[in-house]
Order: sequence, then C-alpha cells, then structure tokens
Amino acid sequence: MLWLAIFFLVPMVFLGYQSLESGLFPHFEFTWQWSNFSDALSGYHTQLIRSFVYAGIATLACLVLAYPLAYWIAFRAGPWRNLFLLFIVAPFFVTYLVRTLAWLNILADQGPVVRVLRDVHVLGPDGRLLATTFAVVAGITYNFLPFMALPIYVSLEQMDPRLLEASKDLYASSTQAFLRVTLPLSMPGIVAGTLLTFIPAAGDFINAALLGTPKQAMIGNVIQAKFLESLDYPTAASLSFILMGTIMIMLLIYAKVVGSERLTG
Amino acid sequence: MNEEMTRGELLRRGAGGAALLSVPGLLAACGGGGGGGTAGASSTEELKKVLNFANWPYYIDTPQTLKSAGIDKPTTLKQFEAKTGIKVNYYEEVNDNPGYFAKVQGRLSKGQGIGRDIIVSTDNDRPLGEYISNKWVEKLDKSLIPNIKNLIPAQQHPPFDPDREYSLPWASGMDGIAWNDKVTDPVTSVKQLFEDPKLKGRVGVWNSMGDTLGLVMLENGDDPAKVTDASFDRAIKRVQKAVDSGQIRKFYGNDYAPVLAKGDLAATMAWSGDIANLADPHVHWGVTDDGGIIWTDNMIIPLGASVPTASTYMNFMYDPLISAQWALGANYISSVKDVKTDAVKLDPKAASNTLTFPTDKTLSQMHQNDPAMFQNPDYDKKWLAVQGQ
Repeated sequence: MLWLAIFFLVPMVFLGYQSLESGLFPHFEFTWQWSNFSDALSGYHTQLIRSFVYAGIATLACLVLAYPLAYWIAFRAGPWRNLFLLFIVAPFFVTYLVRTLAWLNILADQGPVVRVLRDVHVLGPDGRLLATTFAVVAGITYNFLPFMALPIYVSLEQMDPRLLEASKDLYASSTQAFLRVTLPLSMPGIVAGTLLTFIPAAGDFINAALLGTPKQAMIGNVIQAKFLESLDYPTAASLSFILMGTIMIMLLIYAKVVGSERLTG
Repeated sequence: MNEEMTRGELLRRGAGGAALLSVPGLLAACGGGGGGGTAGASSTEELKKVLNFANWPYYIDTPQTLKSAGIDKPTTLKQFEAKTGIKVNYYEEVNDNPGYFAKVQGRLSKGQGIGRDIIVSTDNDRPLGEYISNKWVEKLDKSLIPNIKNLIPAQQHPPFDPDREYSLPWASGMDGIAWNDKVTDPVTSVKQLFEDPKLKGRVGVWNSMGDTLGLVMLENGDDPAKVTDASFDRAIKRVQKAVDSGQIRKFYGNDYAPVLAKGDLAATMAWSGDIANLADPHVHWGVTDDGGIIWTDNMIIPLGASVPTASTYMNFMYDPLISAQWALGANYISSVKDVKTDAVKLDPKAASNTLTFPTDKTLSQMHQNDPAMFQNPDYDKKWLAVQGQ
C-alpha cells in the first residue's frame, strides 16, 4: 500500500495539479484550468483515436500470432519448451529502443527486405515499408508479442491434459475439444495478454516516432512533444489523464464483457 | 577584402536580429522573475582535469575532416588536451535546442548542475534567451579569456547578452537543402522539395521552427525577418500540404545526415557544414534559389559547471590559428577576427572553402529569423500541430 502511495498516488497528484495549471513555461500558476482538458481533447482527438485503433489492431495481430505459437510450445515442443520460450524472451535482452532502431535498418528503403518485396512485385518500384502505418503497427506488434505469448503459454501449460482425453472419450472432435475445452481454459491468459499488450501499446510513442511519419503520430508522441519540446506541461498532463481515463473506461467495459473474475484471476 | 567586409556585415546583421530575440528575455530578467536565483551556488572555482562539453553533431574538426581539408595537424581537441592537460569529454548530444533545453531545465531550475561545463545553443530559437534570462548560466571568467579581444565586432553586443558576460559564439552557419545523387537529381528549391512527386515520402525538414519556416517563407516571397500572422500561416499551410500529401517523411533535429546518406531520404533541409563533414561523395548541399537563413550558435556555461575550465577552453578556441583550423575542419563560420589570414597559412586553398568563407553572392542571399516569432506561444502550438503533435 505504501509502495502504491509513494510511487503511484504522489506522482498522480502532481500530474493532476499540473493539468489544472495555466501560463507559459516556466511561470505556471494553479488556476483550476479545466479548459486544458477540453482544449486537449478537441485538439488531439485524432491522435487519441488513432492510438486506440493502432493498439487494437496490434493486440489482435499479437493474439493471432501468439496463440498458435504458445499452443505449439506448450503441447508440441516437448523437451525443447524452455529453449523456445527463451527464443521468445531473447529480444528482451536488448533494449526496446535498440530493437526498434534495428527495424529502421532492416526495413530501410534501400535495404534487403524492401528490395526483395519490390522484385516480387508485392511493393511497387517506389514502394516502401518504413514511414507507413503498416510499419508502425507492425513495430508495436513485434515489440509487445511476448507480453501476449507468455501469459497464454502459462495458462495452456497449466491445463490438465486429461481434460482433453476426457473430451475425446466423450466423442468431441479436435475442433470441438479446442473450442470447448482448450480455449475457455486459456481465457485467463488471453485476457491478461490483451491487457498487457493493449494498455502500453495505446500509450506507445517510440514506434510511431521511429517508423512513422507525422501522419502516424500517436497520443504518446503528442504528450512527449508537449512535455519535452514545447514545455507545455498543463496540456501534456491533461492529455495523460485523458489517456488514462479512456483506458480505464475501456478496461471496465472489457471486464464487463469477459467477466471480472478473469481480470482479477 | 571586400569579401571579409561582407562577412563582417553579415554577422553584424545576424547579431542585430538576435538582439530583438532577447528583448522579452531581458524584460523578464529585469522583472526579477525567473526560477534561478541561485547562480553560482554550486559551481566550482577550481580548474578541473576534465571538461565536459555538449555540442551538436558534425560540428568540430576530426582527423577525417582535417585530412580532406589538407591540414596535417592533430585535432583542436587533441591540441587543447596536450597544451593544458585537461581531458575533454566531447558529447554530441544536442539534437535540437528545445529538446536539449527540456532535458536539462529541470535540474537547472533547481540550481543543480547537469554534468556539463559547456553547452551550445542557437540564437534563432527560444532556449538561448531562456538560459540567460533565468540565470541558469554562469558568468564567463574573462580574466582567463584574454583572446576575447579577437571576437569580431559584429558579435560583441548581441541583445540576448549585450556585454558577452555569459556567452561566446561557437559558430555561424547557413540553412539550405541537401540531396543524395543516388536517389534524385539536384534539389534546389523548397517548391521542388515539397511538390516533386518523385521525392514523395523521401523528404526531410527540421523540427526547428525558425529554420524550416524561414526557408518556406523565402520560397513564399515573404520576409522571414519580419513575420506577420498572415505570412506565418501561409508558411504553415505550405508545410501542412506537404505533410498531408505524404511528401514529408519526418521532422528531424540534427539526425537527418545518416538517413540521407542511406538513401531513405532523397533530399532534406540541411545545415551548411554538416554535409561536408558527413563526407559522402553522393550527398550534396546548396543554398536554395530563394536564399537561406543564417544563425549563430553560442557556448554557455550551465550552472554547476567549472567556470575556469570552461573559460580556459573558450580562450583556446579564440586563438585565431586554432579557430582557423577548426573552421576549415568543421566547415562552419568562425567569429574570430582575421581568421582567414590564418586559414590561408594552414591551407593555401582555404579561401575556396565557401562553407567557412561564403562568397559575396551567397552572403547576399542570407536572411535572419524574426526573433519575435519564437516568443509567440500560438505559433509554437501551430508548429507542433503541423508535425502531428
């Protein structure tokens, strides 16, 4: 509790205080400036919505990629399980920023990937991957994939294999067994994975900053620029609150839909 | 001779423009506001064995640039270390003025040091005036800088620091356009940069308002030295159009050069010496058809720094022969008197380095930013908005 108070509540109070200030750097004054919120929302709703769309697509993509991966490792990899888990975690030994910078080189306009894609006519002669929406969403997907794969793996791995045998004994086909036994039992992993992916992805700015253009700017980029370029702390703080609030609301709706016991485990 | 005078006149004009820049800053200082007030509290008075210097990339003579300038001497940093025994930690960490300012202002505003003895900040941007008017800088120890007598008259009384108590010029430079000839034909105008469909998605501009909008205003036929709401909005609209059409890939700090060399950018707005220092035979730089912007970077000593160590370095850099070597190696313009005479001693062909000694024609095409532009928060907001922020 004390931990939460010091490292969460206190900064929150400061941020809240800042979000209601007015004035210009470095002379801010606390004036209950509620209009910061409405101004921020009307000025930056495009980036806010874009962030949730990108984060949503990336979360879905992560789920589609991570589920078969986790399934395969949990049930088919046998003695190699730990090795494959290590492969999933391995990129995390390198920092986030460097991993994303690496994509800058891999996907470069004059780089090997783009050249091959041009040769096989997936991309036009002037086509590119970098500085596109695709690159930004793919970057987010890549960076958050382990956050999806690991919880799903854990829930699958904990499954009692006798349940599957029992379903076979009851004449369930493989599809039925998956849909009625495996999938429901792995739901806690899926729920945890989507949250771990979606929440940080919605506030992400590294991928849009490095792999996108101004047209892909996300809300994290706006907050970053307001804090670190224009030193407009009140707008930055109120945008942070709007982002947090929106995620909170989405979380509540999500909890309602999937059942709150799954969120709390 | 004629060229020397033009250069002097040019820098005088630059300083004149910068003068206006700091008027609001000075007023603020007179008003007794400011967050500092503890100036000097944590500074050290002793000469240290190490100098921590924060500068922009591509801004100093290196063995490579000296070689291509035909100068067979150790770099100025090495010479300084050999002469004084002070080791220099040279950090190329300033990518844009507001970004660096935002990084260090938290500590400076509490009167704390930032682990740097000298930082460099440009006169065509907002932070330089803020550092000085908030008293987040230490006074130079002029008793250790006798070479200050070599400062050209044009730079002696800039209005952000009328008696040069806190700052000394590091270099002046020009805004232009660079292109990679492996990807495109020469790009010589903002119009071409913003509208040529062949460059779509491969164009860079600066995230620095004065530089980018300065060039766009020149293209629009507006005067960047006298910005009105109308001319500002015209320039913003022009940039917005290039963003919306997908022409502009990104707004860069000083980090455009390697991207241009790699070919991900075909052409970009670029500072005069950077491209020469990049030393890539396929990358070229020129002033646009409509002219360019000139600016001056200034060395300042942040709170908590070692004033004697920083002052000793400044004195060293104001030795004309050292400054001449630096100017030819860094391909930027020195603010030291008669530097050309010494440059010719180092390299008989020095006068033909038009980045260090711009021609009369180039100088006549140079303009300066309107300092009032940087004090307008509404402009700042619009400038961020066009960047998607």
